[in-house]
Amino acid sequence: MRKMLTIISNVLRGSASRNGARVVVSARTYADFTPQASFDIKKCDVHKLEEGPPLQAVLTREEGLQYYRTMQTIRRMELKADQLYKQKIIRGFCHLYDGQEACAVGIEAGINLSDHLITAYRAHGYTLTRGGTVREIMAELTGRRGGIAKGKGGSMHMYTKHFYGGNGIVGAQVPLGAGVALACKYLGKNELCVCLYGDGAANQGQIFETYNMASLWKLPCIFICENNKYGMGTSVERAAASTDYYKRGDFIPGLRVDGMDVLCVREATKLAAEHCRSGKGPILMELQTYRYHGHSMSDPGISYRTRDEIQEVRSKSDPISMLKDRMLSNNMASVEELKEIDVEVRKEIEDAAQFATTDPEPPLDDLCNHIFYNDPPMEVRGTNPWTKLKSIS
Amino acid sequence: MASLRCFLRSGKKAVTAVLRREFHGTPPAAVQVTVRDALNQAMDEELERDERVFLLGEEVAQYDGAYKVSRGLWKKYGDKRIIDTPITEMGFAGIAVGAAMAGLRPICEFMTFNFSMQAIDQVINSAAKTYYMSAGLQSVPIVFRGPNGASAGVAAQHSQCFAAWYGHCPGLKVVSPWSAEDARGLLKSAIRDDNPVVFLENELMYGVPFEMSEEVQSKDFLIPIGKAKIERQGTHITLVSHSRMVSLCLDAAAVLAKEGIECEVINMRTIRPLDAEAIETSIMKTNHLVTVEGGWPQFGIGAEILARIMEGPAFNYLDSPAVRVTGVDIPMPYAKILEDNSVPQIKDIIFSIKKTLNV
Repeated sequence: MRKMLTIISNVLRGSASRNGARVVVSARTYADFTPQASFDIKKCDVHKLEEGPPLQAVLTREEGLQYYRTMQTIRRMELKADQLYKQKIIRGFCHLYDGQEACAVGIEAGINLSDHLITAYRAHGYTLTRGGTVREIMAELTGRRGGIAKGKGGSMHMYTKHFYGGNGIVGAQVPLGAGVALACKYLGKNELCVCLYGDGAANQGQIFETYNMASLWKLPCIFICENNKYGMGTSVERAAASTDYYKRGDFIPGLRVDGMDVLCVREATKLAAEHCRSGKGPILMELQTYRYHGHSMSDPGISYRTRDEIQEVRSKSDPISMLKDRMLSNNMASVEELKEIDVEVRKEIEDAAQFATTDPEPPLDDLCNHIFYNDPPMEVRGTNPWTKLKSIS
Repeated sequence: MASLRCFLRSGKKAVTAVLRREFHGTPPAAVQVTVRDALNQAMDEELERDERVFLLGEEVAQYDGAYKVSRGLWKKYGDKRIIDTPITEMGFAGIAVGAAMAGLRPICEFMTFNFSMQAIDQVINSAAKTYYMSAGLQSVPIVFRGPNGASAGVAAQHSQCFAAWYGHCPGLKVVSPWSAEDARGLLKSAIRDDNPVVFLENELMYGVPFEMSEEVQSKDFLIPIGKAKIERQGTHITLVSHSRMVSLCLDAAAVLAKEGIECEVINMRTIRPLDAEAIETSIMKTNHLVTVEGGWPQFGIGAEILARIMEGPAFNYLDSPAVRVTGVDIPMPYAKILEDNSVPQIKDIIFSIKKTLNV
């Protein structure tokens, strides 16, 4: 069988170079790759938990390729947004997620699409993992009618099914997430809610109010603190009396996770999801991660941290490189294959950017729509008493 | 002889009873219902009608409600649907909004709207604006309810009227019932509405009984949000008011009727969207306007009404400038004599009407 496949692939390869066309052919057949492998992952510190996730994670080739593709898509999408922002095609607030890809991808790998998720304003990655397309995300950033929120929300207000944004007010999304979890429990569908916030938000009072109620009522809520070491320009040591964010839930069990390792994040999320679904109530995860960009596009990100620090993380802990190295060194994919994915991703981003820059802006008569749901059309006062605008649900 | 007299007397009673029924013409099933009971019944019926509806707030369950508005509901519906919260407004208001986003229909009670200030970010930024920001992807069917405005002797931090604050924001519906019928019909509409509704009750009105006709008592009796009601027809001047001040307007109108001044009293029922048309139609008939509210004057309900009238067709019908009767522009004092003089009294309304009519 193997000999036959080798012959076939040789023939194909041969014909490809003769035609001069670029045919997608793996130099090796699928039978050559390792279908799955086991990887050591960092031990998670635990708080009020018997034990953390296993110290080894099994990764299949398929999973690896999918995580790689998704992380690369987020990475390139964010870098493209950076470009467009500098060209002033994106305006206002733009908080980029590059560096933190393992969090979004690892979390999604540990839950189902039928579960729920809510996060703060650094939301482009999650909009993607929760079912949004690069096209509609980018068009939302450029404020066009093809945007995921028709251009009316912008960077911080993107929504998809079972994804509640994109929230601009620091910390406000945490009670909202617990409310979603309450609905999950109330409706009895065995779903849970992942509720994300940053190291800066972790000191918000409403989060502690939420810990209390989620715990009292045993809501199926996974609280996740994405600790990227800086709340805007303030390092964690300068903002928090205790930087053990995974312990800040006090009576809520917690674990501290390597947020740069997609497998570590996945295994921790699986453990957390199991905890919630078994009716034990909420659980808290701290993901130790890093953002390459500043807080937002208005922040160069080097006044409160050194370029060396950023460079060190890039070279030693980049989530995409880590996965790539693992797969290559275990013969789970080829260099060409991964390069091919890179090319496809780049093309997807280019197409999306093209769409996002050429799609027309929303029509002016959409201005007053979507004030109320399921209501008859109504009048909205314009800027002066003679201007009466129309609002449809 | 005595028995004959008895018989005649009872017969006379029977005849009078029949006559009374016919003369009054009230449907036999009309009852007296307090505003509190009207709210309670409305919630009970809506909880029964739709299992996604639930109530949360401080003391709403086992205490039967701080003002007993939710009396009996926990006993009937249990922990799942009537939820006592800790004293954490920002947290539980956010939880309520999140639950609404995920498919439930919460009624979030603030013990008074003064405490809603702690949660106001969730009401405005998480509830009111979301349908717009998501361009129609995410609706928020929630009701925030509780007593609003001045009470009796509760002093400055517990007496603020929030009608103007919430009425300012697009994406919210803001409702302010006066009578038991208002309370019932508007609360049912609010709960069935798929949008965030701020429902401003009044503690001093909770115990006031009103007659409720059979039609109003029916399970599907709804009052449309956004429509005012003319409580009293008149020809000389239009009085526009909401909540408890409607009572004072009617009292002032009764006094002035004896002097030959007929006031038309409009009960706004809804703050936002404001029924400007009802007010304009009335002014075109009476040519004079006085608004009456319990809240502070600056940037308030009356201020908005007057501005709208200025900008609209009714301006040309005004024979004198429209004026506002409002609470005094101070934090609410405690001593009774001071408190009484901090809110409009009937004499203040009468005074303003006479000044406006130049009599």
